[in-house]
Amino acid sequence: MTAVAELMDYDEVLERFDPVLGLEVHVELNTNTKMFCGCANVFGGEPNTNVCPTCLGMPGALPVVNGTAVESAIRIGLALNCEIAQWCRFARKNYFYPDMPKNFQTSQYDEPIAFNGHLDVLLDDGEVFRVDIERAHMEEDTGKSLHVGGATGRIHGAEHSLLDYNRAGVPLIEIVTKPLVGTGARAPEVARAYVSALRDLLRALGVSDVRMDQGSLRCDANVSLMPKGTEVFGTRTETKNVNSLRSVERAVRYEMTRHAAVLAGGGTIRQETRHFDESTGSTSSGRAKETAEDYRYFPEPDLVPIAPAREWVEQLAATLPELPWQRRQRIQAEWNLTDLELRDLVNADALDIVAATVDAGAPPAEARSWWVSYLSQKANATGTELTALPITPAQVAKVIALVAEGSLTNKLAREVVDGVLAGEGEPEQVVEQRGLKVVSDDSALLAAIDEALAAQPDVAEKIRGGKVAAAGAIVGAVMKATKGQADAKRVRELIISRCES
Amino acid sequence: MSDLIRQTAAELAAKIAAREVSSVEVTQAHLDRITAVDPAVHAFLHVDAEGALAAARKVDEDIAQGHVASPLAGVPLALKDVLTTQDMPTTCGSKMLEGWVPPYDATVTRRLREAGVIILGKTNMDEFAMGSSTENSAYGPTRNPWDLDRIPGGSGGGSSAALAAFEAPLAIGTDTGGSIRQPGAVTGTVGVKPTYGGVSRYGLVAFSSSLDQAGPCARTVLDAALLHEVIAGHDPLDSTSIDQPVPAVVAAARAGAAGDLSGVKVGVVREFRGEGYQPGVVAAFDTAVDQLRKLGAEVVEVSCPSFTLALPAYYLIAPSECSSNLARFDAMRYGLRVGEGDAALSAEQVMSLTREAGFGPEVKRRVILGTYALSAGYYDAYYGSAQKVRTLISRDFAAAYEQVDVLVAPTTPTTAFPIGERVGDPMQMYLADLCTIPSNLAGNAAMSVPCGLSEEDGLPVGFQIMAPALADDRMYRVAAAYEVARDAAAGGALIHRVPELEASAR
Amino acid sequence: MPSISRDEVAHLARLARLAVTEDELDLFAGQLDVILQSVARVGEVASQDVPPTSHAVPLTNVFREDVVRPGLTQQQALSGAPAAEDGRFRVPRILGEEQ
Ligand SMILES: [Mg+2]
Ligand SMILES: [Zn+2]
Repeated sequence: MTAVAELMDYDEVLERFDPVLGLEVHVELNTNTKMFCGCANVFGGEPNTNVCPTCLGMPGALPVVNGTAVESAIRIGLALNCEIAQWCRFARKNYFYPDMPKNFQTSQYDEPIAFNGHLDVLLDDGEVFRVDIERAHMEEDTGKSLHVGGATGRIHGAEHSLLDYNRAGVPLIEIVTKPLVGTGARAPEVARAYVSALRDLLRALGVSDVRMDQGSLRCDANVSLMPKGTEVFGTRTETKNVNSLRSVERAVRYEMTRHAAVLAGGGTIRQETRHFDESTGSTSSGRAKETAEDYRYFPEPDLVPIAPAREWVEQLAATLPELPWQRRQRIQAEWNLTDLELRDLVNADALDIVAATVDAGAPPAEARSWWVSYLSQKANATGTELTALPITPAQVAKVIALVAEGSLTNKLAREVVDGVLAGEGEPEQVVEQRGLKVVSDDSALLAAIDEALAAQPDVAEKIRGGKVAAAGAIVGAVMKATKGQADAKRVRELIISRCES
Repeated sequence: MSDLIRQTAAELAAKIAAREVSSVEVTQAHLDRITAVDPAVHAFLHVDAEGALAAARKVDEDIAQGHVASPLAGVPLALKDVLTTQDMPTTCGSKMLEGWVPPYDATVTRRLREAGVIILGKTNMDEFAMGSSTENSAYGPTRNPWDLDRIPGGSGGGSSAALAAFEAPLAIGTDTGGSIRQPGAVTGTVGVKPTYGGVSRYGLVAFSSSLDQAGPCARTVLDAALLHEVIAGHDPLDSTSIDQPVPAVVAAARAGAAGDLSGVKVGVVREFRGEGYQPGVVAAFDTAVDQLRKLGAEVVEVSCPSFTLALPAYYLIAPSECSSNLARFDAMRYGLRVGEGDAALSAEQVMSLTREAGFGPEVKRRVILGTYALSAGYYDAYYGSAQKVRTLISRDFAAAYEQVDVLVAPTTPTTAFPIGERVGDPMQMYLADLCTIPSNLAGNAAMSVPCGLSEEDGLPVGFQIMAPALADDRMYRVAAAYEVARDAAAGGALIHRVPELEASAR
Repeated sequence: MPSISRDEVAHLARLARLAVTEDELDLFAGQLDVILQSVARVGEVASQDVPPTSHAVPLTNVFREDVVRPGLTQQQALSGAPAAEDGRFRVPRILGEEQ
């Protein structure tokens, strides 16, 4: 094991160096079938049950391109403002690895289906950073290996490995950015925000499950530093398969501080792949990167070229849904939000769920308020994602409606929400079971008022004397007596009319 | 020798369909012949007597019920061991796949079964179809029934020898650089490489994907045509399969057999004669060309200058593609594994040791050559340039087909050479495919039909007919016409001049 | 053009995962040399303005419908495996890292 790497203080890194980022994102498409065969494209499953001669790389088996995967690739390319190739081919990338059944990956090399695009990324402070996209190309995923013996699941010290090819051949789109310069201190944030924006985009397109935790969205982060004032890129490292947004940010920051320490100490950065360790937030050396010529790319002879007709590309462009940034602009206008309010909503990752609540009939202001305040607190308290809370937008909308019609006070409404979160059923059921309905029966209230007035004759006297402000004490007593289920406004009205009569 | 084994597939099919003879009887006669002569010939790597007889019984039952699956129903066939079969091993002549029974049938295999063709077994071949003599088989060479000390051609020497030894009336071969036509030429049998994309490659264990094509092998042109129509046609499992009707090759063969070639223009390829061509081969070829003239064809000489670059281009393209195609043989999922049980060995070491032990020298040579030719620094000079040569060759073909309907040339420069003669000299061996390779590079159709015996050694000579892509029917017409004239001139079918084989092991 | 050296053959054999013997290195170096010399003529067209042909038949856009087709059972998939365990292919320990 290597010693813990030396790191440079982040502020000092930025005084002395400019970072250059390159991000490669692999997206598994959610097609019904794999890229080159008719096997089901599903996550998990009994090992080696979604396989056929083609995706097992058996002698004699041949690939046939999944047309829907090509459509998805073109739609992704269009959404990323890319040019779509007039003509392109698959190529073979030759290298040996046991999880790759043919010992070559069918991918695209110098002829990607989409190239020269960009994605505008919204940063936390509302600034927009344009990420230039080099290319988006089609390829296939590998199988999965399980390492047995030694430290569980780790490749080092394993006695043998077990291979499952269910994932082999799943369609992947690899999206590669151009080198990103000029991010400065915000490099880690840009990296995170880019992957986040890409995830939202892909989700809106409906082409992928974009689950970083399940590996359907994976990011490799290339980082290099150049001394301030120079423009020649430094040697880069590639941190592979970082599997959460937060990890993307941490990995970039870590590599910047590690590179800086090495460079400042007169050392050189080795071009290599690195692995990010979630628990320590650090990266470790993988292996020296094979040079490009070792892959011996050549056009895949088992597949014919793809020449997307322009009419087809136009038809696909017409299928693009409202994209995330267009939607944000529309929502901001419709809900009358300030830039700050919009940003808070986006940063809380609450835009979709609030919109769903509005769609379920709630006014935008109330819907926003519930999710970004009360429910966000609940999510934070339990350490879950907002969207993972056991309450639906429709249920929140129902609660908001009950308040609006006067059946619930705000305080009661929070109790109803607590009940739903506790699994007590629909809002109406919680109201029923917990007996939370506002006491709107005047006779019941009058009885409580009379009792309170009798108990505090001096206060009653003041009210009768015209000191209406004194009614507060009686309201408080009545609310207490009715366990908060009374409408305080109505109680006050009744007290005053009682004392006037 | 049973009379049944001397008949053509067309004759056998007609008698089986008419219930004059049963498929079981025909199949049994061929199985008996295999038992008798294959110890000497070694055409087969695997014989499935039980499976063949069961399939034959099924065909007989179907025919009894009035259902004839195809014009070849009930006729036995020898299948090259490079096409996958669910019920028999598929070894490709390699130790790497010894005993491997694929979990799926090749499309060609499936079509044969659906047509009621009886698969007798799997035939010997050069390892992974790399070779021109079948000496590169890991299971020992096949011998040429015309002279057991000579090669039967390659890589499909098992299929061609099975035909010449009357072990099967039909066979399937695969042709990457001549592996159907050259064995056909040296064994006096008919071998056809259909237009690339005409026959599905699904289940054909790839040697060089952009060149490989399966095709029919038979003793007559009509039999080859009948088999062609059984195996050809679009297959959605092969992206390079042509989605168009199969050329009407049977009708063309029948039309040609009427013996009239008037109106047909034949081009003789100027580049394919001269130094290195055996005089007897040239003489037999010239005689055949004269025969075409007599049948009414107009014969002209045509120059295809780029054809001289075909052999070198092929020896860059085929090894390059094979270096990638054969990477899958890595001891992980199927086939040979060397070093199992030695815990000290890593997967990578086991891969290297297995590939070292499992591949023969020709395969290793080509894998290394292909690895080299694809390397970044060499790609443009080698693989990239070879792809340009393909364009030049296609242009030569296109220009020629503006003048003529078909092109003709010797199939191979010499007759069958003695076993062992060229083993140590790869370049010498590669020359056997000199005349066949252009059609693979351009993807058009080509076939070899026997054109007599060479004066010097009395061994068969092959006459190659080449036609444009998807015009396979043209060459069948010419071949069928020529075949009738040849047999009429010789007073009988050439193949019946093959020496009697002793029914005993060598 | 200088042809292939013994070291180069060793490098290529490593890339191709062939544990070649010393004798083979000599044999192949010699034979590849001869082969490369005789195919060198092909390199003469490298500079020519000729489009490369990668596919013999000029087909494009061959696509498959995105419909699931039955594949192999686990037992069929593993039927030819040198070793299997728990429904998976069992292989010797893997040293390198994933790509
Ligand atoms: Mg990739
Ligand atoms: Zn599959």
